Amino acid sequence: MEITDDLVEHIAHLARLEFEGEKKEAIKADLTKIIGFVDQLNAVDTEGVEPLIFMTNSINVLREDEVKETITQVEALKNAPHKDSDYFKIPKVLKK
Amino acid sequence: MGLSEEIRNKYQAVIGLEVHAQMLTKTKAYSNDKNEFGSQPNTNISAITLGHPGTLPRMNKKTIDFAIKMGLACESDIAPEQYFARKNYFYPDLPKGYQITQDTTPICTGGKVIVKDGEGAEKEVGITRIHMEEDAGKSIHDIDPFNTLIDLNRAGVPLIEIVSEPDIRSSQEAYNYLTEIRKLVRYLDICDGNMEEGSLRCDANVSVMLKGSSEYGTRTETKNLNSIRNVQRAIDFEIERQIIANENGETINQETRNFNAVTGTTTAMRSKEAANDYRYFPEPDLQPISVDQNHIDRVQSTMPPLPAALFKKYTQELGLSAYDAEILTDQKEIALFFEDIISNTKNYKSAANWLMGSVKSYLNEKAIGIGEFPISAARISELINLIDSGKVSNNLASQKLFPAMLESDDSPLKIAEVNNWIQDSDEDAIKNMVLEVFAENPSEFERFKGGEKKLMGFLMGQLMKKSQGKADPKSASKLINELAK
Repeated sequence: MEITDDLVEHIAHLARLEFEGEKKEAIKADLTKIIGFVDQLNAVDTEGVEPLIFMTNSINVLREDEVKETITQVEALKNAPHKDSDYFKIPKVLKK
Repeated sequence: MGLSEEIRNKYQAVIGLEVHAQMLTKTKAYSNDKNEFGSQPNTNISAITLGHPGTLPRMNKKTIDFAIKMGLACESDIAPEQYFARKNYFYPDLPKGYQITQDTTPICTGGKVIVKDGEGAEKEVGITRIHMEEDAGKSIHDIDPFNTLIDLNRAGVPLIEIVSEPDIRSSQEAYNYLTEIRKLVRYLDICDGNMEEGSLRCDANVSVMLKGSSEYGTRTETKNLNSIRNVQRAIDFEIERQIIANENGETINQETRNFNAVTGTTTAMRSKEAANDYRYFPEPDLQPISVDQNHIDRVQSTMPPLPAALFKKYTQELGLSAYDAEILTDQKEIALFFEDIISNTKNYKSAANWLMGSVKSYLNEKAIGIGEFPISAARISELINLIDSGKVSNNLASQKLFPAMLESDDSPLKIAEVNNWIQDSDEDAIKNMVLEVFAENPSEFERFKGGEKKLMGFLMGQLMKKSQGKADPKSASKLINELAK
């Protein structure tokens, strides 16, 4: 699979990332290697083999509808780089 | 916009609605933190909700039952085997970077909802699918001028999405469909149906085509519709906008549009083909769900009677008018109260009249729900039976007995007895009183006897005064006529 500029731009857009110049070339080279590596799987003949989604056969692993408070607001916000006492803060999303 | 009737009539609108309903569970879809509107920001959270690495979601049993209820109410097929999918997109209020939803195996497929069309006739709107998913958090743009604030209390709240077939043909039909869906989720007690608070949300897919065409036009999807009325307004605007574009030979883009409730217009948000690439793939963290017939039967046994079935019963079996049946079935609590009344009386019309008359005006006056109404359904039935047995008159019942029942827990019969309100239908007693009235009012009696029938009212009035309102009017007037011969 060929990693084109368009493909890099498309994936970058979906991930909300930007790659320009050297960085773009670098990520292209990396992606080519990654895809090439994974491509080896295509050598295996999977004709007639059901796709495997789950590693176990268990079904209906459910829980009761009961509240358990596990962490506090302070703990929730603790690792955020930008916050106030109530909220996570992020750069303005909407341009007015 | 000026669109002539003639041009408008050339086109047919085609509408499908996607409705998201927040489930009334105590906890979230895939974690134990609280599902509650209006809590302090970022307090209903957990490591799972925050999307921390290494956490594993776990499915809430209740959500499955709720989704099955909605499916049964719409006569959908319930999928025996299901698994979840990840819908991937980056947005700050979606901590995991993907939404856990059902893609290829929705819990319900097919089904229908019966609604009134624009002319008031019944029609079926097909249901494509109902699937389970989770809500995103909330981005707040208007508190801080320099930052967007994120509250993740809503992230992970269980939703069902109800997708209709493009069977809806006018904004009025869309209005009726949504009203019906809201009534259903409220009857089932799975969603509070509050569109203003966003617990019920609707996106409208709208296209237009020339009448008689078999090919649908390009559709747009309008979002941000926070009332049933606004859904109707947005659809009206879209239909008109698309017809004008067609007439001017412009192409309609497949795009997402935003409704502005102030101006009543829609504007393009983003173009579908460029932005949406959700890269769905199976969610390996949630094990598959299997629903067997026993499970479905168990859920079925907890379902209340549904408004459509009650409406049919009231109009066809009980002989009530469509108008009465409509009012009685509008809210589940009222309908169930009515059901309770008629389990003890066969006078259905009277039961409807009491409930929609004296009871409702009391509720309105006090601004309370039927749940807080002081008189039980059983006592209302007793009251009706008391009137029907001739022991109290209708008048006395509504003027005196009903108000007294609001203040006392005694049976209406006992209240009437204590207050000496039991109506006299004993002929001899009334007969004597009639004769007394004749004797006390000789000139009126003579004139009545001579044919002045309008004096009946006067004589009855005198009799009622004498009997303190307890004489049964029917037998009293009969006796007056007989004794005056």
